[in-house]
Amino acid sequence: MELANRLWRSSLGKKYLMALSGCALFLFVVGHMIGNLQVFLGPEALNRYAHFLQSTPEILWPARLGLLALVTLHVVTAIRLWAENRAARPVAYSTYTPIEASYASRTMVVSGVIVAAFIVFHLLHFTLQKPVGLNLSGQDFAQLHDAHQRHDVFRMVVVGFQQAPVSIFYIAAVGLLCLHLRHGLQAWFQSLGLRNEAWRRPIDTLAWVAAAVVFLGNSSIPVGILLGFGKDMVK
Amino acid sequence: MNLTLKVWRQKDAKDPGRFETYPAANILPDMSFLEMLDVVNERLIEEGREPIACDSDCREGICGTCSLVIDGRPHGGHHGTTVCQLHMRHFQDGQTITIEPWRARAFPILRDLVCDRTALDRIIQAGGFVSVNTGGAPDGNALPVSKTDADLSMDAAACIGCGACVAACKNASAMLFVSAKVSHLGLLPQGQPERERRVLNMVKTMDEAGFGNCTVLGSCEAVCPKEVSLSFIARMNRDYGWAILRGNPRRQTGAGGAG
Repeated sequence: MELANRLWRSSLGKKYLMALSGCALFLFVVGHMIGNLQVFLGPEALNRYAHFLQSTPEILWPARLGLLALVTLHVVTAIRLWAENRAARPVAYSTYTPIEASYASRTMVVSGVIVAAFIVFHLLHFTLQKPVGLNLSGQDFAQLHDAHQRHDVFRMVVVGFQQAPVSIFYIAAVGLLCLHLRHGLQAWFQSLGLRNEAWRRPIDTLAWVAAAVVFLGNSSIPVGILLGFGKDMVK
Repeated sequence: MNLTLKVWRQKDAKDPGRFETYPAANILPDMSFLEMLDVVNERLIEEGREPIACDSDCREGICGTCSLVIDGRPHGGHHGTTVCQLHMRHFQDGQTITIEPWRARAFPILRDLVCDRTALDRIIQAGGFVSVNTGGAPDGNALPVSKTDADLSMDAAACIGCGACVAACKNASAMLFVSAKVSHLGLLPQGQPERERRVLNMVKTMDEAGFGNCTVLGSCEAVCPKEVSLSFIARMNRDYGWAILRGNPRRQTGAGGAG
């Protein structure tokens, strides 16, 4: 109980919670990206994968509830830390110069809030597929089925990203997510005490590379579709 | 040099405070920043006005007493320098300089540029010590300490407790200070018996004082006059993590000691 109390109440404990939930969410983002990149293998591969995920509620629901719990923990802890940090300096400096602090590190709250709003949109868009008007294509994504009577996720993704405003929003949101990750990943090592002077630069580089890979991987899907990928396959 | 100073004036802890502007005429470039303030204060006294209150003591960069934010930068923002070691040659003739106190909830302002840094003392009292039995002094080198640990410990011990880390941090976090104090003793054999208790108690006292949390910005390290590294915060995080994972062994056995 003392452990839970220290984790929940102390400043360092809250940072552990941020780091651990953030790390788990990062691993989900990577897995989600790898799964989604199957869109480039064509309709059969993506629809088979989507059907595999959707058809086992014993795996699907624990994963969904687990992710919801992680996001909740990450957000609630972030709000508590943010409130404490604001309270720690009641009178602001007349001239505040951000010293050394990177742009990404100073905007974690802003990038976090926008990414959270994006996640809500993303779930309405591709998971709940409601309201229908949201996807701008005029089609009801829930009614799309392929030759095997599986949900035609490939068609949904291609039609969904053929709408330029939607794609641009996705690309911008993924960009912000990667800005968030670029600082979050190296802070993760720092908060859990897994960093020292020798590992400082490699970890910083690793955070950059991981954020760039996540950005390129995720944005390649809307960019590819806007450039015409899949056009002939969904006729 | 002729300068214009925009200085924070505050009568006491209850006064809301305000900026006032003073001319600083005929300043020599070789003066330190505090000597420049001395000159301004002497003129204020001659005019029968209240001099600007600010903290200073050793004036050679080792005591950690001086505490001014100059144009938004604690200690003026010159690498590895306290305000008393900052010289007027770094400023330009005709420049306007804004001078503010450290700003943090844990550092209430007492008057003008003087703030109360007792919170840092309370953190030291909570664990910044080693308990030793009195007796004959041990022989030199009787306790082997590796050169790496000795050097790292010395780097942490260089902290003079000025509080610039808190002043620079966007979140007014004292973690660089606390981590330096935790690491300084935690790296040496004499610090081992109280290592876990030390980090738990010092972090608890830090939290109670109302400092913010570390968001790994690195501002603290950049303004630290003793160049204490951000890596000490990671070391403190590691020590704290182990300490809370292990819990309190005495509580688990339920015994009250050997007696």
